[in-house]
Amino acid sequence: MEARRAPRAVIDPKVRRVGFFAPPDRSRSGPPDPISFDISPTANSLSPVMIPPPRHSSESLSLHARPAATSPSGEESVTAGSYSSSSEFFPAPMSPAPSSYSSRTIADDGDFFDSGKVASSFPRGGFDLTAMKASSVPASELTTGAVVNADSLAIREREKADKGGGSAVEVKDQALNAKQKKEKTTKAERRALQEAQRAAKAAAKAEGNKASGTLASVNVKPARAAKLPQKVDNASVAASEKKGGDRPQEKDRKKDVPQPRMQYDDKSRVDKAKRRAVVKQTEAKNRVELFRHLPQYEHGSQLPDLEAKFFQLGPVHPAVYKVGLQYLSGDISGGNARCIAMLQAFQEAIKDYRVPTEKTLVRDLTAKLSSYVSFLIECRPLSISMGNAIRFLKSRIAKLPLTLSESESKTSLQSDVERFINEKIILANKVIVKHAITKIRDGDVLLTYGSSSAVEMILLHAHELGKQFRVVVVDSRPRLRGKLLLRRLVEKGLRCTYTHINAVSYIMNEVTRVFLGASSVLSNGTVYSGVGTACVAMVAHAFRVPVLVCCEAYKFHERVQHDSICSNELGNPDIISTVQSREDVNHLEAWANTENLQLLNLIYDATPSDYVSMIITDYGMVPPTSVPVIVREYSREHVWI
Amino acid sequence: MICYPYPKVTFSPVREHLKSWTAQNLGSADTAAIQILFSLPKMPDVQTLVNDFLNQLKKRKIEGSQATAKLTAELLRSVISQQRVPHTNQATALIYAVRAVGEQLIAANPVELAVGNIVRRVLHIIREEDLSLATAAMAGLGVSAASDDEDDMERDENSVLSAAAVAAAARSTLRPPSLQTLLEDTPDSAAAPHTSSSGGESDGRSRSVDKGSRVRKLKHDVIEAVNELIQDISTCYEQIAEQAVEHIHHNEVILTLGSSKTVLEFLYAAKEKQRSFKVFVAEGAPRYQGHILAKELAARGLQTTVITDSAVFAMISRVNMVIVGAHAVMANGGVIAPVGLNMVALAAQRHAVPFVVLAGSHKLCPLYPHNPEVLLNELRSPSELLDFGEFSDCMDSASGTGSLHVVNPTFDYVPPKLVSLFITDTGGHNPSYMYRLIADYYSADDLVVKRRPTAGS
Repeated sequence: MEARRAPRAVIDPKVRRVGFFAPPDRSRSGPPDPISFDISPTANSLSPVMIPPPRHSSESLSLHARPAATSPSGEESVTAGSYSSSSEFFPAPMSPAPSSYSSRTIADDGDFFDSGKVASSFPRGGFDLTAMKASSVPASELTTGAVVNADSLAIREREKADKGGGSAVEVKDQALNAKQKKEKTTKAERRALQEAQRAAKAAAKAEGNKASGTLASVNVKPARAAKLPQKVDNASVAASEKKGGDRPQEKDRKKDVPQPRMQYDDKSRVDKAKRRAVVKQTEAKNRVELFRHLPQYEHGSQLPDLEAKFFQLGPVHPAVYKVGLQYLSGDISGGNARCIAMLQAFQEAIKDYRVPTEKTLVRDLTAKLSSYVSFLIECRPLSISMGNAIRFLKSRIAKLPLTLSESESKTSLQSDVERFINEKIILANKVIVKHAITKIRDGDVLLTYGSSSAVEMILLHAHELGKQFRVVVVDSRPRLRGKLLLRRLVEKGLRCTYTHINAVSYIMNEVTRVFLGASSVLSNGTVYSGVGTACVAMVAHAFRVPVLVCCEAYKFHERVQHDSICSNELGNPDIISTVQSREDVNHLEAWANTENLQLLNLIYDATPSDYVSMIITDYGMVPPTSVPVIVREYSREHVWI
Repeated sequence: MICYPYPKVTFSPVREHLKSWTAQNLGSADTAAIQILFSLPKMPDVQTLVNDFLNQLKKRKIEGSQATAKLTAELLRSVISQQRVPHTNQATALIYAVRAVGEQLIAANPVELAVGNIVRRVLHIIREEDLSLATAAMAGLGVSAASDDEDDMERDENSVLSAAAVAAAARSTLRPPSLQTLLEDTPDSAAAPHTSSSGGESDGRSRSVDKGSRVRKLKHDVIEAVNELIQDISTCYEQIAEQAVEHIHHNEVILTLGSSKTVLEFLYAAKEKQRSFKVFVAEGAPRYQGHILAKELAARGLQTTVITDSAVFAMISRVNMVIVGAHAVMANGGVIAPVGLNMVALAAQRHAVPFVVLAGSHKLCPLYPHNPEVLLNELRSPSELLDFGEFSDCMDSASGTGSLHVVNPTFDYVPPKLVSLFITDTGGHNPSYMYRLIADYYSADDLVVKRRPTAGS
């Protein structure tokens, strides 16, 4: 085993070039060499990692941390061997009894590793861990250097590690002792290694939280791993156990990746979804051909039915049920409002949650949450911001330390949700207002479209500061949300002009700035927002008026999109046919009976990034090109603390 | 024989005064009385017709440039037919009468450019008929005057005799201009002012040969020509629609905004020719005429989808062609169009979708726009956007600083660079060509219908 491992130790880093690799001559010279000698070169060769890009270092962090899981089993060379053998890219002979489970794990791991680079910006600490099992770093080096790192880290992280359980730490201490006995490294060398590690950590400051998350789950692992006998046939047990632990995370990961959304022109899947559905929906008549892939149901029919069922004990928590109905009826609309309502409902649900016997909180709660979410989707398709919030919550559940008691986990989750609402939505809005206010000058004419909570706050705040400006509220059918905004602004004493979207080119002559809200900003800079936003931005661009998009960073998404058709939401077409307070417009009353006539009520559209001068977000004012950077560097670990 | 310009000179200051006074006071009865007072040559019943029409224009009772154009032409026809024509200087008299009415009509609704267009067209017709008669008289002095019903034959003769007569004949058939007419145009328009005032004497002298028939003839010809014009206006749909098959192919996706009869007929004509295509209709707030159009189209078997105006940008990427109607086409190729079309045009440009404007020739306006968004626009009632009572409560409670304006413009100006193609009843044209096309329909000195101070003396 040792002999087989050695050459690979040379090849793999060369192939992969992850950033630290052993000088070939050294590792070739002494594959079976005492580990101790390898340590100092390892420390040296680690130097490129000392100032690594944050993502990178986090990889190495988890990489180093991982063997800590195995170390308590005593004989690290053996455990390490079993790990590395199970993590071959090459079809290396497996350990004697590779169960189906373990082999699957391997396969998965391999996949993860391939996608690891791309996916590592994703918020799943546990995943880095599994992914790194497939690492082809020389096993011998790993077992030593890595363990040392893990030890030092473990010690340093002990305070940091959230309720990581005394047992885990204990285990680590054992590991440390065991190591220290075996190691013949000098103190200075170990010191150097620690320094390197520290530097890497400092560099990874941006990802620090994530790393700590990783460590937290690492801390959990040893507790389990420690119980395992190191016999080979038990490896499968270990694998299965591991898999059990990983499964929710795997699921989670799949959800994290912008998976192909449900395409509603796929008959079999729609049928499947229908069988599960709580809300009985009937497919709308006279669908627009172009939007077959989006769900569109008859509106108005389900609501009374669902209301009637409110008091029946169903699988859906009443708070969630209520929010769902509010979505359905349109009582709650607007990205932030919907997101907050949903999170608060989830908070309620978590509060009332009891772990069923024979089940673990992590898995069961995640499943429950998923069922709630699918209920909400049935009521109204999720907005991107809601998707992000759900992802956050799920990742928090997945990262819950197993050692936490039920009530502790619940309180921790509830406070997480609370924090998300406060920091990511409410505080973010305040920061946006602070930034945006600097862009309003006396004498400005500000145009806004529809009703955005962030823009409203900006306008009101600017007014409170005594700035002299005029507001043009542009509105469009069928939602006419601008009317509500207009009312609130006029009541506050702002000077307003109201018009409809067709007249935007007429009014744009006098406008000096356009403030727009957004439902989401996608990573190609496309602003995904209420339908009509693109028109307004386009006209503003044509008139050389700067367009400022106000959007909280939690609404950013790594998806890309360049049209408004592939992904969108369809509203109730009936409300197109009638015009509010205009009884004379009734030509389309019986539209559903006319075979060739369809009504299209789009909810969102995509504004190309070149129409957007600036995006005001909680990280400051950035050009649309910086969105992917924020998505990658900030959103992740800040959202997913 | 009473020379017409004489009383004109005498009463001119009075007329000017009264005119400005009537412009300020829109009362119809007063206007009518005054009109009768100072336009003695006209029959009172014409004057009532004019006043009715003026009122309708002022109150915006007549909608749509086509209807307005037709009514204007009909009114002018009756003005001409009622006009007592002196033996000399008939054309001047007619021009004068038409101008006097046209001025009022234009002032009644300056935004409805079709009125001015028709007035200018009629003036142009009078000038051309006069010219053709004059040349006929000059050339065929020896030839016995043809009887009225042998009009066509006479024209044929004329065309042989004189190139100017060809130009005149070209007008009535609305042929696309040939190089010949192009060359003839300049002296033609240059000569026109002289015929109106100073050229009168020579005309009179030449016409003295056979006054009686020619007096009847000019009026008759003009009325004939105006009838043709009316005919043209009411059939311009068909002529435009005939070209539909050349522009719409199978499986095309077409977007339009609001409602236009021209567009409806155009699309329907393509449908008739077994083209199957889809139409997106933006509803065209605040009038929502798109609903009507969509209903009509669907009833005629076209796949129609109604979208909100805000979804135009979202949908335009899947559209092959934008086909819209216009309110007026300016000489620079810009379009005064229903509100919202500038947005559509910009979206179409962004996605390189052809933006096709259908316009009957009565919509071609010889003027160049200046600040058309404001000057050639009209604000409609705010109640179309907001209910009257809806904001009354918060306006009362507002602390005094708050205010609310509701802007509801009727038209948009689409600059020529956003228009890909005009389809008129004479065929398809580039925006840059419009000025030339327009020059065919109008004579240069009618561009300003309002009489200059010099014109009165």
